[in-house]
Amino acid sequence: MAAAPARKFVSADPEKCVGCCVCEYICSLEKEKVFNPTKSRIRVVRLHPLINLSVTCRLCEDPPCVAACPRDALEQSEETGVIMVDEDKCNGCGWCIEACDYGAIMLHPESRVVFVCDLCDGEPKCVEWCPEEALDFVTSDILAQKARVTSIKRLFVEALKTIPL
Amino acid sequence: MGYAGRILHVDLSTGKTETEPLKEELAKKYIGGIGLGMRLLIDHTKPGVDPLSPENPLILATGPLSGTMGPTAGNGHAFVAKSPQSGAVGEAKSHGFFGAELKRAGYDAVIFKGRAEKPVYVWIDDDTVQLMDAKHLWGKSPSETEDAIIEELKDHYIRVAAIGPAGEKLVRIACILNDRTRAAGRTGMGTVMGSKNLKAIALRGSKDVTVADPEGFLEFVKMMHERMKGPKSRKYRTLGTAENILVHNALAAFPTRNFTQATFEGAEKVSGERLNERYVAKIIGCSSCAMRCEHVAVVPEGPYKGSTTRMEYEPLWALGPNCGVDRLDAIIKAVELCNYYGMDAISAGVIVSFTMDCYEHGILTKKDTDGLDLRFGNHEAMLEMLKRIGNREGLGNILAEGVKIAAEKIGKGAEKYANHIKGVEMTGYDLRGLKTAALGYAVSFRGADHNRHGAYGFDIGGKVNRFKVEKGRGKMVIEVEDLYTVIDSLIVCKFGRGTYYEAFKDLAGYYTLTTGIEMTPEELRITGERINNVARLFNVREGLTRKDDHLPWKTMNVPIPDEGVAKGSYVSQKELDFLLDDYYEARGWTRGGFPTKEKLKELGMKDLIYIVKPKIEKQKHKKED
Repeated sequence: MAAAPARKFVSADPEKCVGCCVCEYICSLEKEKVFNPTKSRIRVVRLHPLINLSVTCRLCEDPPCVAACPRDALEQSEETGVIMVDEDKCNGCGWCIEACDYGAIMLHPESRVVFVCDLCDGEPKCVEWCPEEALDFVTSDILAQKARVTSIKRLFVEALKTIPL
Repeated sequence: MGYAGRILHVDLSTGKTETEPLKEELAKKYIGGIGLGMRLLIDHTKPGVDPLSPENPLILATGPLSGTMGPTAGNGHAFVAKSPQSGAVGEAKSHGFFGAELKRAGYDAVIFKGRAEKPVYVWIDDDTVQLMDAKHLWGKSPSETEDAIIEELKDHYIRVAAIGPAGEKLVRIACILNDRTRAAGRTGMGTVMGSKNLKAIALRGSKDVTVADPEGFLEFVKMMHERMKGPKSRKYRTLGTAENILVHNALAAFPTRNFTQATFEGAEKVSGERLNERYVAKIIGCSSCAMRCEHVAVVPEGPYKGSTTRMEYEPLWALGPNCGVDRLDAIIKAVELCNYYGMDAISAGVIVSFTMDCYEHGILTKKDTDGLDLRFGNHEAMLEMLKRIGNREGLGNILAEGVKIAAEKIGKGAEKYANHIKGVEMTGYDLRGLKTAALGYAVSFRGADHNRHGAYGFDIGGKVNRFKVEKGRGKMVIEVEDLYTVIDSLIVCKFGRGTYYEAFKDLAGYYTLTTGIEMTPEELRITGERINNVARLFNVREGLTRKDDHLPWKTMNVPIPDEGVAKGSYVSQKELDFLLDDYYEARGWTRGGFPTKEKLKELGMKDLIYIVKPKIEKQKHKKED
């Protein structure tokens, strides 16, 4: 059996993210034609001036939000992994919100049904606009790769200085 | 569009609140931010109002761009009131996340009137406005207050601006902090807030913010993002404003030990280079910004280990070289302390340096300081003194009034060491060898300030001979002043000023794309002029005259002692008079510094002529006598 195609999702690099909310603004503008963070599919968490990170849907395997929905209103796209919301079925009960470990699925303040990142048809606006290039549209594999390279670079920080690149 | 279209009135005495529509004519004429705030201040105060009385309103205003993703523009707010330091117009801006939230709650401005009987905080939750008990918050720092309110209202995204213990105790240099480290710092706006028993303002806004031309706006934003990655914002993104330390020092324009010397032998030790290398943990940014300027410094070891604060040139200078202190860890601790008490770190540093100068000259003794050895460079004494000012303890109780009033109380010639203009403490430029800047400082409507005119740019950039005065300096100062009032009204961040390549043209375009209100570059320039005039009108109404456009005693009496190009330079009374005449003439004001009726008509402020009419007539009589 061939492996399923690797899914790409939006991930923020904690080293680079400064919590500026440009992603929230561009997301709400793209999706809702207004500036309003409460209508953004990506949200910024700022715990401290030094601790900021944007969070959005991670496209989990066997997503708990889908499993939690008692009305079968949520479905995961086999192709892209995006969580699709059937707005007629969703009644805003919020079980999926409780089930999500990341707070990535949210209740829309006006329509009162849940909404979640849809990857802008494969070209996420937040990634395009992030001034820090802190957002990546990547697969888990690539994220792991990056983490490995970063950790090794740290380990050999002194040695790297002596290598003519 | 852009504007929320509403002004909120909160009467703290009665608890009543009401909203009024923001008229388009008022919006276009004064834009928002300090422009709108200062016009509202004139309209909502009686002449001679006591700054710390319930009758002095505290006005909070955003600009038309707040709440949009306009880079640096989407996040600012301004506080305006009559200043308890100067008796003139007071105003201070801050950025971060607070201003955008106010816009989303649906307000362009909030006018806080009266005085609450007991400590309260105001909780603005979209259309619901409540006065909340703040007894349990009294005594807390602004950031502790922010955390406590977020905890009790149970929403991580609530934004808070608060005063600290200094504001509660009516220390005259109290500021208002939001987002932990961002301060509306100058002219004692936190003191006015404290006098109202208003501990904090908490905001939650869920409304949409829209712009008139989304496509055009986005295109403009994209262009600004590109520019903000370029050379015009390099300084703010790399070393930050602390880069100024070695620059000013090399020019002998670096006030040291309370404006005694103009160079500091320890400059390398407190340089922006050293700060970044050793202490800056991360450079972060405000909501919707594409530049990154906020250098968050952490002390990694030693007696001040763990101290964390945003660092900028001005506080670093004020609490460092200005006090003879050459230790960055102590300076970071000092700025953190100012944030804790909620005091303007610039003024706090200049007050401590004043005290040190008095101590070195025997005007104050160990008896007065309760045993503190306040010699220049003693960082431990500096930190202790900051606490005493914040708590109004001992000598700190007198110093809490600011250097002007403190010098009057201390007497014995202390006023020679009080570096202030209009009662507001000086900032980090030695004006003795920066004579265009000297003019800008003297005429600044909010007292000693570099941010009302940026005229140091001409001197430091070598565009003029900075040791000379000559015709035309008035016009140069005015051009920047008129741009800066527009910047503070829109509100965009001054750190981004270089990225508006065609100043008024870029900003007028920005305004129209956002609001849909037509605005030509020339109209916007005139608006900047109008706002400078409205500020002057407030000050004239409160009794300020040409005499108040002064410079600190040292600037005018003690030549720069340091060897080098600047040696011997100072600003004489004759030079100052020459500069003022040139400036007033270029402004279209009388020689006494009053805007003329003709000028006010030209600027569309006929309704305010009543303020200057009796003053100008009195001046004429004087001449005839």
